[in-house]
Parts: sequence; structure tokens; C-alpha cells
Amino acid sequence: MNLSFPVLSKMRKLLFFFLLSFVCFLSANAAIEVYQFDDETQQQRFNALSDQLRCPMCLNSNLSGSDAPIAADLRAEIYEQILDGRSNDEIIDFMTQRYGDFINYRPPLNSGTFLLWFGPLILLLSGFLIIWRMGKNSQNLQTEDLSAEEQQRLKSLLAGKK
Amino acid sequence: MIPELGNFSLILAFCLACLMVVIPMAGVITNNQLWMSLCRPLSSGIWVFMILSFGCLAYAFLNDDFSVNYVANNSNSLLPGRYKFAAVWGGHEGSLLLWVLMLASWSYAVSLFSKGLPQDILARVLSVMGIILVGFLLFMLLTSNPFERTLLNTPLDGGDLNPLLQDFGLIVHPPFLYMGYVGFSVAFAFAIAALLSGRLDAAWARWTRPWTNAAWSFLSIGIALGSWWAYYELGWGGWWFWDPVENVAFMPWLAGTALIHSLAVTEKRGIFKSWTVLLAIAAFSLSLLGAFIVRSGVLTSVHSFAVDPERGMVLLTIMLLVIGSSLLLYAVRAPVVKGIASYTLTSREVFLLINNIILVVATAAVLLGTLYPLIHEAIYGEANRVSIGKPYFDTIFVPLMGLLAFALGFGTFSRWKKTSVDYLKKQTGKILIASVALGIIIPLVVTSEFNISAIIAVILAFWIVFAVLKDIVDKTTNKKSFLQGLKALSLSYWGMQVAHFGMAVIILGVCLTSHYSVERDVRLAPGDSEIIGDYEFIFEGASLEQGPNYQADRAEIRVLRNGEDYITLQPEKRLYFATRVVQTEAGIDVGLFRDLFTALGDERGDGSWVVRIHYKPFVLWIWLGAILMAFGGVLAITDKRYRSSKVVVQNESTATSANNNSKAKLAVES
Amino acid sequence: MNKRVLLLIPGVFFVAMLGLLLFGLGRDPNMVPSALVNRPLPEFSLPGLELDQTENNLVIASEDLKGGISIINFWATWCPPCHVEHPYLVEISQQEQDVTFIGVNYKDDLEEARLFLEEKGSPFEKIIVDLDGSLGIDFGVAGAPETFIVDSFGMIRYRHVGVINHQIWEETFEPVISRIK
Repeated sequence: MNLSFPVLSKMRKLLFFFLLSFVCFLSANAAIEVYQFDDETQQQRFNALSDQLRCPMCLNSNLSGSDAPIAADLRAEIYEQILDGRSNDEIIDFMTQRYGDFINYRPPLNSGTFLLWFGPLILLLSGFLIIWRMGKNSQNLQTEDLSAEEQQRLKSLLAGKK
Repeated sequence: MIPELGNFSLILAFCLACLMVVIPMAGVITNNQLWMSLCRPLSSGIWVFMILSFGCLAYAFLNDDFSVNYVANNSNSLLPGRYKFAAVWGGHEGSLLLWVLMLASWSYAVSLFSKGLPQDILARVLSVMGIILVGFLLFMLLTSNPFERTLLNTPLDGGDLNPLLQDFGLIVHPPFLYMGYVGFSVAFAFAIAALLSGRLDAAWARWTRPWTNAAWSFLSIGIALGSWWAYYELGWGGWWFWDPVENVAFMPWLAGTALIHSLAVTEKRGIFKSWTVLLAIAAFSLSLLGAFIVRSGVLTSVHSFAVDPERGMVLLTIMLLVIGSSLLLYAVRAPVVKGIASYTLTSREVFLLINNIILVVATAAVLLGTLYPLIHEAIYGEANRVSIGKPYFDTIFVPLMGLLAFALGFGTFSRWKKTSVDYLKKQTGKILIASVALGIIIPLVVTSEFNISAIIAVILAFWIVFAVLKDIVDKTTNKKSFLQGLKALSLSYWGMQVAHFGMAVIILGVCLTSHYSVERDVRLAPGDSEIIGDYEFIFEGASLEQGPNYQADRAEIRVLRNGEDYITLQPEKRLYFATRVVQTEAGIDVGLFRDLFTALGDERGDGSWVVRIHYKPFVLWIWLGAILMAFGGVLAITDKRYRSSKVVVQNESTATSANNNSKAKLAVES
Repeated sequence: MNKRVLLLIPGVFFVAMLGLLLFGLGRDPNMVPSALVNRPLPEFSLPGLELDQTENNLVIASEDLKGGISIINFWATWCPPCHVEHPYLVEISQQEQDVTFIGVNYKDDLEEARLFLEEKGSPFEKIIVDLDGSLGIDFGVAGAPETFIVDSFGMIRYRHVGVINHQIWEETFEPVISRIK
């Protein structure tokens, strides 16, 4: 393996900077705006959706934790849609149609994510199965019943070791 | 001058590390006592040079030596002194230095506290740690040297430490985290030494346990500090995001917890040896994976250092060499002969196995979730990227922990080798009923609402606590007095119960705060107020304040409890001069049973501000529980069986011979 | 023998993971994929911006974009990279006669936009006004500048995030355009 470590080329650096310059501020501002709902359930739905959807522009943030302009726009969009009476599924569909599954922190359940969702369960059940078999096998090796002769042998062995 | 000294110390440490790899191992192969014994002075030498190197870097920071590039990038003349010091590990190069310093410290500690260890085992252990030291020192010296200087055109001032990091959290979180992370290298080294020497037995487990417990305790605190820091610093009131960087710190912890429990079985009964060794390798491998993920930029995260794929290649190479060869060694040398000890289906052995299965599945789930975006992209292309976050991790992880908590209650009463189901039923029947009853009644009475998750959490917490208490009572009943009985219980036992109790505390903290938090984002003009429960938050307005290297809008929020003055919280919004970054500082009233959390949003022109107000019940319990768990781990280390070296030498010979004679298996004193 | 083989499983798994991480190093983790590639243009009907007149009666609809290859560029005066890419866009739009440049003024001030284009020239045949960013959301836009290639049937064929210059045009845009002609 060729272990050479060239400095990032100037061009790449420039591009990186450009890409970065329209990205969200590097600020620790959790976005706080006022979206008032009359209904507490609607408020909770808004919070839940803002938590579940990902900011398309940021380094791993959800919409509620991001300051980016696009995150603010999308939160406004969610607000409008909740007031419009759309369901959670409809709102998420709206978002994933435009931004892809990428925007949903809850990965979809399809053939591509089957292993993701069911892998742990399968692993768990296999593990329990293994324990079951180990326990059963081990029970067959009870060494309690030593015959009288074997007990004599045991005694002399122990005496000898000391 | 000083930076050069620091660099030179690094080089010397590297040379000594190379020697520590070669000479002791050569001593083992040729049975040369002198060469083997050199591992001790070598490890002290490495430690001394690493301290020196660290000291030089700290000196450069504290004296504003901006000719050192790393200092110029991470510090500023206006930066408060304590942050100048902490900035030593605020960026990639310096944090690597801290990493290596921790590794050197652990090696030195192993050489200090291993009087009873056979010479050849110690030689192998330190040699393995030397290999890791060599790898990371080479990494630093070749690609990430913190002592690089710009002597011409030295900048007049530094670029400043990221404001997010200018906080107490930076001072404590990385040191504890790295002590833990890196500490698993000791268990790893012991595992490799066992495979190399062929001596994998109960004695080996007894040597490894205190080191594993120590690393685990540090890591528990390190992760808890990180979570706590995120909570009060980031301003959104959350404390865990399942971000890749968080996950890669959590996985070694999960594997480490499994390792602690597996070591208990191996020490007591001499079985599951191969599995325990594999866990030891896995825990440290996950630490290395963590270093890779955080520094390579493969996964997007707000927490990661400035990314560089070239660094990633080097770390990947280190991983391939270190872990690849360990797993090869494992496949070739791990014992395959089944331990001949027997145990029934409800024995302690089985419950510890259940513990291991659940924890390993949890580790695998977190690993899967963290890496799955890569897997999905490799198969389906980059146009179809998926994101995996809280909804996935919570769904998989929480039920697993619930299962673990449930098993813990039963496991507490299980006995080695054989436990009858009737006995378990008798021990747990009443406390099960009591837990369920309290779990249903208490949330209903206190909150007047039915929340199944909260109910289950309270049931499980009581279940664990009652099991712990009952077991203590059971073990002290036939002593002359209760106090005498308590004293008779070993520190190792106390460690276990305290740690398990801590788990119950965390369960309550996590679930109650998740389900019963109240969060309000409101617009308040001076004089306006917001009411949550017994508390009234009155916004008194915001004023402009000057800090050492920032300017802030500070709000005054007067809090009334039941109508009476209680406290004034002062959340801020700061603008840092050097970086022009805006950052919120939350105003938090910390309480044992609830936190009051306030943060400042935007100004709305007419003197009114958007304010975030959270009522967070039991959130402190999350971190208190973690501290309890860590304390339990520390208690277990201080148990006397790990201290007296004479006993170790004697028991060692009986332990090995006892292992060889299964029919004469005597209970090794514990 | 059987047991030994089992012990190799962790090693195999580890090597697989390493391969995955190696793959990971070779890609850009911050790129956001477009969900709209090879899908139809979102439907819209929005006001247009005309430079020579002060009154805006123009309405542009998605239908208007069909019948020829369009390059839709989201830009704004508040976006520094847009300023950087602007001269390149002007040149390229003059060079390429068989593609139509459509600008979307994204969440911008109309007067500033008009002034900017009058001063620096306009690569755009038509300019759509997206004041609140809703067209941006429909296109899955996360910021400016972003550029889309739309074929004559109104299907989106490619999305580019960031600045366009001659090199990027030749290396990434040209191949797509020649393919869809």
C-alpha cells in the first residue's frame, strides 16, 4: 500500500470552501421559532416530525436542531401542512418525494433495509437458541454421581496434589 | 525551542516503544529474564517522554506560541487560560497526543501494578501495548504532528478555539473518554498474551478483570460527561442523538460491559474462555473503529474533527494490522476444547450468557445502524442514500435494555452451576408483584395519565432495586448483626450491586425524562410569562454583556415556584469575536427531580424574544446513574483478591492444576 | 475442525467491514442525493422577472419548459458562490445555443436581483421568481447555487450542487446534455 500523504490539492480546497460557504452557520443555535398550535397533539406532532426529519444541508442534524435556512423553510412547511390537516405519513411522503429517503431518520422498511430492521432480532433469537442448546448439553455432563470407587480415586488425587 | 523539545520527546517515545515491542518479546522467545524485565523500565520511559511532550504542547498553548500551527489553529490570545490548556486536545493532532499519552499511562500502570504477574505474561502484555503505541506514534509523527511550526510569517494571533468547545465540558470529557477508550487496550493486550502463551485460564481472567473494570468505569464517566455537555451546551435540551461519533464511543462500552460479565464466568468457572478473549479483542477493536470514524470523515457528524481521508487510510491500515492479526491469532490459537464444567439452564452461567447475548446484539445493532448508510450506498448507489437516526436506534435498543433489566432481576438470585426454577420463583415472586404494582400505580397517581412506556420503565427500575436489596438482605440474615453482615460482603459484591442499582437509576432517568418532559418555544415580551406546572417563568428582558472574547445578549428570566420567587435564570446568546460564531448558552436550574431549562432564540424587534423553556423531570438521574455504575466498577477493582500478590502466585498454581482436573474442580476462592 | 472454522467468522466479518470502510473513504459523505433525477419536473406556475420592464405580468409555468433542453439554475444575490459562478454562466449560455438557461431567483429581493442582472448581464432566457422558497422545496433544493438539467420531455436528468465553471460544465454537464439530445 502506498502510504504517501500529499496535502489536499489547492483546487479541492477551493471547491470545498465554496461548497461550505452556502452551508448552515457553524453555530450552536438550536433553532427556536414560535410555531403556535392551539391543539397540544398538533404541537407534539410538529415536534416529533421536526425531530424525525433530517436537515438536508447540515452535518447530521434534524430539523429541530438546525439553524440552516432550508431547515427553517421545511419547518414552516411542516407547520402549514399540519394546519392543513395532512397526516404524519403524508407530510413525510411529501418530504421524501423531494429529498429522498435521506431526509427521513427513520429508514423505510423494504427489501433493502430488511437486514437492518430484522437483523438484531434474528441475532437475538439465534443467541438464545445457542444458549438453550449449550444449557441442555451441559446438563448431560453432570458429574455429581461418582461411584464409590471414583470417590476414592478423587480423594487420593487430592491428597497427592497437596 | 520548547516545541522542538516536544517533538523530540515524541520521537524518543517512539523509539522506546519500538524497543518495547521487540526486546521483551525476544526475551519471551529466548527465555531471557533480563530482556523480559526490560519491559518495565521501557514503559516508564515512554510515559515520561509522553508527559514531557504533552507538557511542551501545553506550554506552547499557555504562552500563546502561534508559531506552532496547531496552537494558531486552536487558540487565541483572548482565550481564557483554562481553555488554552484544554485546547491542547481540542483538535485532531493534540487529541491524538492525548490518546497516546493515555496509552502510555495505561502501559505504565500495568507495569506498576502487576507484581504478581509472571514475567513472561507481563512481557507479552507490554509488548502488545507497545505495538499499538508504535502505530499511533508513527501516525502522529508522519501525518498529524502537533508541533509543526510556521517560523516565517508567524500569525499574530490564533484562529480561536471553536466556541462550542470553550466550556468546562472540554476540560473533562475527552480525558475521561480517552482513558476509557484506550484502557480497553489493556484487556486486549492480556487477551493476546493469553493466546500467544497458550495460558488461558481462570488466573488470566482474574488478572484481566481489574483493568477491564477500570477502563469501563472511565468510559462510563466519559460518555456521561459527553451527554451532559451536549445537554447544557447545545441548547435543544437533548442528551443523546445516536450520532455516529456518540455511537462509536458507546459500542466499546457495550462490548466492555459484556466483557466484564464474561470475565466473571471465566474466572469463577474457567469456561467461555474463547468467547471472553474474543470480547476483549472486540472491545478494543471498536475503540479503534471509533478513532477511525471520528477522524476520517466517512460518516457525517457534527462532532467529528476536520476530516481527512488520508488520515482515514492510515487508521484503516493500523486497524488491519492490529485487529487482523489478532483475529488470525484467535482463529489459530483459541482453545476449542469445550470447558467441561456443567451448568443447568437457570444457573448463573446461563444468566450471564443471556447478559452477553443481549449486549452483543445491542452492540451489533448500533454498529449496523451506524454503518448501514455505507452498506446501502454500496449496494444501491449514492442516489439512494438513507439516513438512520433516533427512530431506528430507539426502536431496537430500548427493548433490548428492557429485556436485560428483566433478566437482571432473576440473574441476581441465580447461583453458579445449578439453580432450580422453583428457587428462583420463590426468590422473585413477591418482588415481581410489588414492582408491577408500584410501576402501574405510581405513574398513574403522580401524572394522572397512562403511559405504557413509563410504566414499564418504573416496573423494571423497581424490579432491579428490589432484587438488589433482597439479595443484600438474604446474604446478611444469618450473621450476628446486620452491620456485621454488610461488612462481610466483599467489595466485589458491593461493586456489582451498586452498578446494577445505577442501571435502575439510568432507566428511570432516561424513560421519565423522555416521556414527561414539557417543551415550550414561546415569544415573550418583557413582563410576559409562561407557566409550566408549579413554575412561572417571567421574562424580564435582555441586556448586552461583554465577555472575555465574546459579546452576549443576556436574558433575565425570573422563576416563581408556587407564586414565590425561586431563582433567576440567565440564558445567553454569544457572538465570539475571533470566529464570528453565534452560540447559545442555556440557563439551567439543576434539581434532583427536575431540571428547568431555558434558552434564548431570536430577537423579534419590539423587545420581545423567542425563548425556549423546558421542564425536564429526572434528567439528572441519567448521569447520576452513570456515576453510580462507574463507582460500582471502581469498588469491584478494590476487592482484596486483586491486591495481594502472594496469594495470586499460590492460587495461580492451584487454579491451573484445578482446571486440568475437572472432576476435582474446587471452588477457587473468591 | 468444525470449531476452528467457526473461529474464523469474526475475522471474515472484520475484513468485510474493513472493505466497507475503504469504500466509504472513497465517497463524499456530505453530498445530498437528488430524489428527482429521472422524474418529471415539479409542476408550477410562478411569476417571472423581466429586466426591461418595471411591471411584472409575466407568468412562467412548468409546461413552458418542455420542448427543449433547459438548465435551471437556482441563484440569489445573497449567495456569494452565485456571484462567483455568474460570469461563467453568462459565457456558457452564450456558447451553448441549443440549451435554454432558466434562472430561479431563490428567496431574494427582486430589486436587488434586477440590479444585479442589469449590471452583470444575464445568462437567463427566463427568470422565475421563487420568493418563499416553495419551488426550491419542490425541487429538493437545500441552498444556492444548485443547477438542474431538464430534457425536452420535462424530465429532470441531473442535479449539480455548487458553483459551475468551465471545467465542471465540460466534465459533468456536457456528457449528460449530449446523451439526452
